[in-house]
Amino acid sequence: MTRDLGQALQMVSRTHSGMVRTHNEDAVFTQPGVGLAILADGMGGYNAGEVASGMATAVIGSELAQGLLEAKHGVSQLLESVIGRANNAIYQAAESQPQYSGMGTTLVMAVFRDNHISVAHIGDSRMYRLRDGAFECVTRDHSLLQEQIDSGMITEEDARRSQNKNLVTRALGVDPEVEPEIHTYDVVPGDVYLFCSDGLNDMVENDDIALTLQALSANLDLAAEQLVQMANDNGGRDNVSVILVRVLQAFPATERGWLARLLAWLK
Amino acid sequence: MAKLILSMDGLVLKELPLAKERTTIGRKPHNDIQIDNLAISGEHAVIVTILNDSFLEDMNSTNGTYVNGQPIKKHFLQNNDVVELGKYRLKYINETPTVAQSPDFEKTMVLRPDMMRKAPADAPPAPAPVRAQTDTQTGFRPGQSMPAGSSLGGSGLPPPPPPLAPPPPPPAASANQVGAIQILNGANAGRELELTKTLTTLGKPGLQVAVITRRPQGYFITHVEGANMPVVNGRQLDAQAHPLEDHDVIEIAGVKMEFFIKR
Repeated sequence: MTRDLGQALQMVSRTHSGMVRTHNEDAVFTQPGVGLAILADGMGGYNAGEVASGMATAVIGSELAQGLLEAKHGVSQLLESVIGRANNAIYQAAESQPQYSGMGTTLVMAVFRDNHISVAHIGDSRMYRLRDGAFECVTRDHSLLQEQIDSGMITEEDARRSQNKNLVTRALGVDPEVEPEIHTYDVVPGDVYLFCSDGLNDMVENDDIALTLQALSANLDLAAEQLVQMANDNGGRDNVSVILVRVLQAFPATERGWLARLLAWLK
Repeated sequence: MAKLILSMDGLVLKELPLAKERTTIGRKPHNDIQIDNLAISGEHAVIVTILNDSFLEDMNSTNGTYVNGQPIKKHFLQNNDVVELGKYRLKYINETPTVAQSPDFEKTMVLRPDMMRKAPADAPPAPAPVRAQTDTQTGFRPGQSMPAGSSLGGSGLPPPPPPLAPPPPPPAASANQVGAIQILNGANAGRELELTKTLTTLGKPGLQVAVITRRPQGYFITHVEGANMPVVNGRQLDAQAHPLEDHDVIEIAGVKMEFFIKR
């Protein structure tokens, strides 16, 4: 059984080409009713990056919305198969059409379900969580820099000055197979989730992102606009996209006990 | 490609491109950069280059390795760093291409395992080699407002040539100014609050909240939550951000305060 999560989740999104780029190769997709948020940052010549990110959000968005309604499999299994299909679609397009050759995209997405969030990501688009004032990055980039940080070669502070930014070690649509990283976490009412392309976290310090979410979570639209504006005020070197999700109330699985249903009906 | 400029007593001796993953520096002849001087250890230091980043490491040399006057064990080289070994100086140059030269400037790319093994000089022309980036190419355009979300999908037309980065704007008059507010009535009358952060919220959560944002072009006030909008100089604001002028009087949740530029 599924239920409409529109009452439990508030979602807003913004995407902007930034101050330097002529194209916006980012794509965002949200569907609060089924608890779905998807963000992709495309790459590839001409408009191929836009095509890749647009295909990713469209394929995953529509197939997942359908799959969640049918609910035959567990969420992470469903995520894996849908992301695999999107990967295949992009890869085939890139292989068959010369103008799309080499295109690909990062991906960060989540399914909210049964008081849990299942997060899948590929590449360097991120998801952050604000809970009880604590702001943290939940995803770990699939990038050269992150590997260097993990191996102790460079510090996180050095990483901000690195010339090797924007090198991802995984992407959607560049190989016949892709391995998304998928994790499931619990969700607490009051949580705020931020999905973003690197155009945000490369341009805006973590502290300022955290401050914005803490100060403006009561007005999610304003918070999203403020984040994009800060990235652009700081130079806006890349496309910048954000999705914000605020958890308004718990969303347990349906098929509750008859008493709970009766009480809910009496309300 | 990054390079080193070797000099002694202000005299340039040679230019050395950092073409290899490991570039060794020392007195002995097997080093990539041989400096035949007794102040230099046999194996003095090594520079590890990974794509566009270079790391300098002292190999427990007798007289040490200095960068910009500081002794180092390991150092992440930055453009124009000066490495000192005895009387010799090695200036590290890692120049950034301009936007016009590199349409792929700063674009995200997939790192393939084979990219790492090749020396940068052997890298294939496509996909385009990774370009360096720098802060000098950025530039905000003060006053530009943010359009709504953009569309996806392409027309199939090639894109127009990449824009030249706008010249760095002259610092907005307000960029370095710090504003503050002073509370004019109520229990906290007289209290002053400096607006040094990128945003500061005012009011009572759940009742009425406004935010003052600090931007390159100045300070702005915006309504966040509550049924009532903030009032500035006796005029009620709409949902849009409103620029603040020196000595504006703000009223939020019954509290009056004055905004002013401190310095």
